[in-house]
Amino acid sequence: MTTANILLNVNSIEVIYNHVILVLKGVSLSVPQGSIVALLGGNGAGKTTTLRAVSNLLHGERGEVTKGSIECRGERIEALTPADLVKRGVVQVMEGRHCFGHLTIEENLMTGSYTRNDGKAAVAQTLEKVYNYFPRLKTRRTSQAAYTSGGEQQMCAIGRALMANPTMVLLDEPSMGLAPQIVDEVFGIVKDLNQREKVTFLLAEQNTNMALRYADFGYILENGRVVMEGAAKELANNEDVKEFYLGISSGERKSFRESKHYRRRKRWLA
Amino acid sequence: MSFFLETLLGGLMSGMLYSLVALGFVLIYKASGVFNFAQGAMVLFAALSMARFSEWIPQWLGMDNLFMANLLAFAISVVVMFTVAWLVERLVLRHLVNQEGATLLMATLGIAYFLDGVGQTIFGSDIYKIDVGMPKEPVMMLENIFEGGILINKEDFVAAFISALLVVALSIFFQKTATGRALRAVADDHQAAQSIGIPLDRIWVIVWCVAGITALVAGIIWGSKLGAQFSLSTVALRALPVVILGGLTSVPGAIIGGLIIGVGEKISEVYLGPMVGGGIEIWFAYMLALMFLLFRPQGLFGEKIIDRV
Repeated sequence: MTTANILLNVNSIEVIYNHVILVLKGVSLSVPQGSIVALLGGNGAGKTTTLRAVSNLLHGERGEVTKGSIECRGERIEALTPADLVKRGVVQVMEGRHCFGHLTIEENLMTGSYTRNDGKAAVAQTLEKVYNYFPRLKTRRTSQAAYTSGGEQQMCAIGRALMANPTMVLLDEPSMGLAPQIVDEVFGIVKDLNQREKVTFLLAEQNTNMALRYADFGYILENGRVVMEGAAKELANNEDVKEFYLGISSGERKSFRESKHYRRRKRWLA
Repeated sequence: MSFFLETLLGGLMSGMLYSLVALGFVLIYKASGVFNFAQGAMVLFAALSMARFSEWIPQWLGMDNLFMANLLAFAISVVVMFTVAWLVERLVLRHLVNQEGATLLMATLGIAYFLDGVGQTIFGSDIYKIDVGMPKEPVMMLENIFEGGILINKEDFVAAFISALLVVALSIFFQKTATGRALRAVADDHQAAQSIGIPLDRIWVIVWCVAGITALVAGIIWGSKLGAQFSLSTVALRALPVVILGGLTSVPGAIIGGLIIGVGEKISEVYLGPMVGGGIEIWFAYMLALMFLLFRPQGLFGEKIIDRV
């Protein structure tokens, strides 16, 4: 990666919740313009916290960045409000979809354009574009979001973020609670948006297999630290990643009691 | 028959005034999920401000044009209510983002007592009259249908018309404008709203401003009937059952709920009262609200509590 086209740079940030709970212990990562970068790791590894730190949504959860810096195109962004950040083209799609249940799908999408001031015509054009990418949403445009399926809600949440005309989308666990087929569909659209609309994605995902198939670059987090990073293909072929995250092991079945395995795993968590 | 109609109309009129207060509750609840106990205090504060400024302005400027004085007092009162809204957001709500509903409720209770007190410190604690030139004289209607006709206050008609106008304006604001949509979005999920760049602080100021204006309108109408006095703030408690009946999230619900309660109170008092010894008017609304809580907790028109299973 060259440093010239880095869109987002996170420099060894530390995040503390409630003034005492240290969740991120120095996470660094960089996201090049026009790429899909995946943040991988198990529950509680710090994926969501990292995304929230970037989008400045930590405050509402009583968390704060205590060390390190976050830069977007070279500009420090830790002190901005989420709304300022959306205006600069960085939008987060939250884990668990969070559609506005009582609003219709179309109203949901339109709320995404709140920060825009480039006129109604431009917004209508973006809406049409979103409907092109998510034809399912167009058929459900007048139903209240709470009555739509999980997949439709996920699409609605992504579409809503796109309505802000972002350069970068922070996508938090799009696969959560969705059928494998829908997950495929959603990831396909993400890849499409990345290639055709040049939207950069920073993606937090537990579904390592799926994420590595679509991402360009990956970071693996464990206990609030980056334990491994590399091009997605390299990660997917790495023996440790295969065993710990993809559930593929070479050779015969291993017993969890085996000490060798235990020690190898422990190295990650150190 | 004409007596019944008069009772009915009397009920409708007092119900409409409940509606105006209930409207304030609904607005703030819709946009921030906060049940604003201070709405009654805001009505009192707005009414006092209106009454006193319309009295002071002619003294300060040495003019005796009632219309101009009222207009200026109204404009100043709007500014006063906007300032209250801004201060509430700045000093209270901003620091309570993402807290439990009960915490916010207690905070608004605090605001209510504060406004009650400060309002009377600034504006005085007597009964002040608000005279916005509403026609006071009663008219006889339907004389050719019933013997004797029915007696109605013209003032009540004007008040009804103004409330109807306010409701239509608010419905359009909530349903059709981008800001209204953002307000509803914040009510549904304020974290998600924040994540797509809706600034919560600004939204809260807007909604408290709108609630402040409804409080002002309610205050003026009540005030010109009863005078601007402390008892106005307790009117809010009468409006509580209204929002339960109509639904906490529905603007039309607040109106219809208010009318039902107003009419129910009067009719039950007049026709059932003698059987049980009177006093029904005081508890009727609360009983009705209780029944609704048991059988239809979202109220008549409230947003259904949608749960996916």
